[in-house]
Amino acid sequence: MIITGEDGVLVQGITGRQGRFWTERMQACGTKMVAGVSPGRGGQRVHDVPVYDSVTEAAVAHDIAASVLFVPPLRARAAVVDAVEAGIGKVVCLAEHIPSHDVMAMLAAARAAGTRVLGPNTAGLVVPGETSVGIMPGFAANIFAKGTVGVVSRSGSLGTLVSMDLVTAGYGQSAFIGIGGDPILGTTTREAIDTLLGHAGTEAIVVVGEIGGAMEEDAAELIAASRVPTVAFIAGRTAPPHRRMGHAGAIVTAGAGSGESKVAALRAAGATVVDIPSQIGPALASLGVKPTAYEPA
Amino acid sequence: MTDLLEHQGKHLFREAGIAVPRGELVGSPGDAATAAERLGGRVVCKAQVPAGKRGKAGAVQLVTSPAEAHDVAARLLGSEVGGHRVESLLVEEAVAIAAEFYAAILNDPVSKGPLVLLSADGGMDIEEVSATRPERLHKLAVDIGAGLEPGDALALTRRSALPAEAVDPVAAALTRLYHVYRDTDASLVEVNPLVLTEAGDVVAIDAKVSVDTAATPRQQQTLDALPGVLPAEPGTELEREAARLGLQFIELDGDVGVLANGAGLTMTTLDAVNHFGGRPANFLEIGGDAYTKAIPALRLVLSNPNVRSLLVNFCGAFARTDVMTEGVLNAIDELRPDIPIAFSIHGTGEREAIALVRERLGVTPHEAMDDAVRAAISAARERQEVAS
Repeated sequence: MIITGEDGVLVQGITGRQGRFWTERMQACGTKMVAGVSPGRGGQRVHDVPVYDSVTEAAVAHDIAASVLFVPPLRARAAVVDAVEAGIGKVVCLAEHIPSHDVMAMLAAARAAGTRVLGPNTAGLVVPGETSVGIMPGFAANIFAKGTVGVVSRSGSLGTLVSMDLVTAGYGQSAFIGIGGDPILGTTTREAIDTLLGHAGTEAIVVVGEIGGAMEEDAAELIAASRVPTVAFIAGRTAPPHRRMGHAGAIVTAGAGSGESKVAALRAAGATVVDIPSQIGPALASLGVKPTAYEPA
Repeated sequence: MTDLLEHQGKHLFREAGIAVPRGELVGSPGDAATAAERLGGRVVCKAQVPAGKRGKAGAVQLVTSPAEAHDVAARLLGSEVGGHRVESLLVEEAVAIAAEFYAAILNDPVSKGPLVLLSADGGMDIEEVSATRPERLHKLAVDIGAGLEPGDALALTRRSALPAEAVDPVAAALTRLYHVYRDTDASLVEVNPLVLTEAGDVVAIDAKVSVDTAATPRQQQTLDALPGVLPAEPGTELEREAARLGLQFIELDGDVGVLANGAGLTMTTLDAVNHFGGRPANFLEIGGDAYTKAIPALRLVLSNPNVRSLLVNFCGAFARTDVMTEGVLNAIDELRPDIPIAFSIHGTGEREAIALVRERLGVTPHEAMDDAVRAAISAARERQEVAS
């Protein structure tokens, strides 16, 4: 999914410390923040955004296209279901450590209602110069600039480094889609690439993957068919097997999820796979992708 | 993930109405002999460790007398199996097996819901069945809202080429396994083998249940009610100590100590150290709320005597680099490590963070991450040359 500058955005959990802090940041990035929800705090305002007791009330009063959740992990499932039941089409779920059964249940509810979910355990989505929904530094001009490279990343910290390396190399981003570090995700690598392929501003794709699971392998077919210049980096290729490397999804077990398998699948699909992030810019250049004129977001 | 021991999984199975062999948990050779006596003499002694392939490791032994059970128990108890010390044995009556099957329920990232697996080829390595005879492994994606419907379980069982008399009882066992999976927030429930006995019963001979750690707050009662002691988390003593402090720490065998924020960036830092010909000494992520734990984090890194240099790599988004850097500088003040330190600091708060490092250590962070990585590697190498 992409959230544009036209989309009205709701913040669930807006009166908490993180909700307040990031509401202001998201506003500063141009995101159209229309409402917030915090049970029992209806009637307040946070950075001039009206607060409601429930998602339903907020949805009646405003045109809401997307919701971003600043709620603790054990409350995330109910909060996503609230958004789905209120008919909100896009949900960005940031929390880490949501029980997997809750994740599967909320994704099933979203699927049945036609709601797209980004996350969980994602840092969010950025369209430079237009929107930033989540906890990415969409406001930092040395990290995000308008451009033509679509980035798909499982990690927020690494996605930030890669985005900064791109800007340093003269490339701006058409969109940054943080899909999240959990094993079960609302939007997979393949689905995020599919979104970018249908996005008018995207001319090249950077895939920031990591060990664990088979999402990069599953995306290979789509990359091969697209013929869009694609550069990939897979984190954790030198990590020891059978150890969970920080993210719940980043673990190699019984030969599955290894870096070698991902690299081989992506290379077979025609992507350039680099060994370290600083090689991404040069790899794009050698694929003939033109740097964008530097334009701060 | 908390991997329950076999006897704990079987406790959950029994409560859910799934047949398991009669058995007793024992901690001494004498108790093993007594249990064997009570169970009829012909028993299986099974080491209780959270490791796979116990049969191949000799940790599952069929014996025919209490005296033999005593000897096997004396040999297994206290030994190491799959990196775990054997503290207890499950002594079970031997079952006369007519046919062996494989059954499992897991969280499937592709269908984004529960997936039931069933094969008429039980008792062997399921990865091998999946790779060489995928047509023998039958799958059913479950709508988590509705759960596993008995009719769907029966349809799966019918198309799995089981002996006719096993179809109905295996379908019933699957729906009960699903209840265990659902009620314990399991990420995996696996029975290998699920058997048809010569008497015509369907019995779970093994039990593997992995409980999602993220669900621990609401599963605590269930976990506390299990018999025996939960197996220790995998890893070294130091890694477990780190986990208790809320830090993700993994010891590696190199000499470049690593402090970074975020899982993706930390993995990438290790990859970069390897890429430039160095060897990382650890994985340690101090992003998120963990930056407040900089002192114990740095202490963990320095407790490894092989560490000859330190690489600090921060890339701030949500996590502010100035806050993380201040934590690390305070830790350095407190612990005064006698090793060279290379910094790479980018993103939210970088200007303040870089100024702090200059002011307090008289060191300038590297502009490019790659340069910081190279500096840390060559510093470690120089130290090694001096030492040798």
